[in-house]
Amino acid sequence: MFTPSDNWKKLTPAEKREARFASWMSTEGRTFASTEAEQEYARRSQRIKDVIELKKPDRVPLAPFIGGYFMKVGGITPYETMYDYDKYTEAWHKFNEEFRLDYLIFSGAFNPGKVFDKLGYKVYRWPGGGLAKDVDFQCVEGEYMMADEYDQFIADPEAYYMRTYMPRAFSALEGWAMLPSFFATMELPMAPALMIPVGLPPVQAAFKAFIEAGQAALEFAEAMGKADGYLQAQYGMPALPGGFTKAPFDYIGDTLRGTRGIMLDTYRQPDKVLAAVERLVPIAIQMGVQTASANNNPFVFIPLHKGADGFMSNKDFKRFYWPTYKAVLEGLIAEGLVPWNLVEGGYNTRLEIIANDPPPAASTYWNFDQTDMLEAKKHFGSWAAIAGNVPSSMLHAGSPEQITDYVKHLIDNVGQDGGYAMATGAVLDHSTIENLHAMVKTCKEYGVYS
Amino acid sequence: MSQQLIDAITDMREDDALNITDEMLEKGTNPLEVLEACRLAMEVIGKRFEEGDCFVPELILAGEVMKGITDKVKPLMQEQTDDAKKLGKIVFGTVQGDIHDIAKDIVAFMLDINGFEVHDLGVDVPPAKFVDKVKETGATMVGLSGFLTLAYDPMKDTVEALKDAGLDVKVMIGGGQIDDQIRVYTGADAYGRDAMAAVALAKQWA
Repeated sequence: MFTPSDNWKKLTPAEKREARFASWMSTEGRTFASTEAEQEYARRSQRIKDVIELKKPDRVPLAPFIGGYFMKVGGITPYETMYDYDKYTEAWHKFNEEFRLDYLIFSGAFNPGKVFDKLGYKVYRWPGGGLAKDVDFQCVEGEYMMADEYDQFIADPEAYYMRTYMPRAFSALEGWAMLPSFFATMELPMAPALMIPVGLPPVQAAFKAFIEAGQAALEFAEAMGKADGYLQAQYGMPALPGGFTKAPFDYIGDTLRGTRGIMLDTYRQPDKVLAAVERLVPIAIQMGVQTASANNNPFVFIPLHKGADGFMSNKDFKRFYWPTYKAVLEGLIAEGLVPWNLVEGGYNTRLEIIANDPPPAASTYWNFDQTDMLEAKKHFGSWAAIAGNVPSSMLHAGSPEQITDYVKHLIDNVGQDGGYAMATGAVLDHSTIENLHAMVKTCKEYGVYS
Repeated sequence: MSQQLIDAITDMREDDALNITDEMLEKGTNPLEVLEACRLAMEVIGKRFEEGDCFVPELILAGEVMKGITDKVKPLMQEQTDDAKKLGKIVFGTVQGDIHDIAKDIVAFMLDINGFEVHDLGVDVPPAKFVDKVKETGATMVGLSGFLTLAYDPMKDTVEALKDAGLDVKVMIGGGQIDDQIRVYTGADAYGRDAMAAVALAKQWA
């Protein structure tokens, strides 16, 4: 947990960031198995800070997102990852001991299956929850927010989300649709208007499921804390990225209106889409602030979805996607946080647009996938930290020699001035052991700055 | 009026397109003429998509407009014109383990509108189901869609299953993390970056 100082509101963004970094980088209050591990922790946290500040670190940091690949190395199934925390811990440790990466980047594959069972989650299917045990979790596209609900959403997004969206997205929470506004409790004689519905069996059942899901989530948090705590202590691995949020357009487009829904909305009701994404800006900023502070981490993970090449024209990107996303970046930076953007797909057509209207310099990090890295360096290199982009296809089907050559090419042509981290393009689910070793080894040996 | 309809569709003016369709049908225009205008409009849109002037939202909106127009036209069709010449048969689906369908649906729609008989098997389709459908329909082409990297091996397995069954088909693959390296890995005949690439491949193979 990050504790802001008493004078927090008077600090500048730069001062806030220094405070958040100091807290995350501090080895005080952290246990290490050896002095070596403690020193590694200090070196690695400094290394990524240097990259954010567009400096040359001691060497190129190794910061790939390991999704499901650790399961292949650890010999467990996606189902076991989500339901058997002992097996997860063993596999996660085995993977990290084999590859010795720099950072503990959360595995997107490690999630609490029991929580979603209790809630009856419908927006995703997962191994043991609608999918076979050897298959990764996946989103079920759909219109969970209806086309005619924008006004309701815009009027009060959180109320809409809890009392209309969640009862649809979670079968166990259907009872919440019966709840009136919580404002009913503002006066003693008005309070029964809320509390009586709370006493009704369907609402009671919903809260009961919610409580049990919370208990299951705590078990998960404990398991994750123990699993990561061991690795941090043993090998001095700082945890990344910390908090999370999304671009406002993705809040609506991913799991509320769905892909088809929001694409049609940009034609059929563009003004409502614009009003909705505007309305989400403070909520998206708060999400990042709260989750990063809870994790005592200066970074906020932002996966970018619907603004990728091909998913909309540049005209629509400038109109619907970028302005509110930029506002969220600025809001996070103002709070001393560093947005850690995972730029899924390609941003080749967007680089110039963003570079002509950029967020504050030396304050953001962009992990590219199918974007041309030389172009990324050309447009972003002077004002942003960039990372990427060893392809999933190469890691899965290529050779160690191919990987080595590509990693060297990235270091020579994208990372030569610093401000760069080595990463996979996408979250890593499939690779060969030899290929990932080639990536790690080459980065550690060839990526040293003289 | 046909040109007005074509323009409304290619300009993404959904309401105008539907209103013009109503007008044309009220005036007694042959429904086939309306459908021909739709086909020509989709040709324009497909070309614009290839050239990078229109994108997925435009394809989806076009799909909606097509549906709206065909809903109006179908009841007026004198007989089922199944004799509309089909350029070829293709079996399509998202491979085993993957449940993503939006891109698959767009590709299937573009193939259909370009004159192919598409047999869409849906999502999470095991290799055997592709084999069975090819045998049943006599399709000469198979399209495999997959969004996640977990699709790589099922694609490879499907290509192998088709070969083992002795079926003479050409296989195209596509999806977010598909490239030529994966085409080689899976043994597929070709890969495409998007819906129009699929149409171009199908026309080549027909």
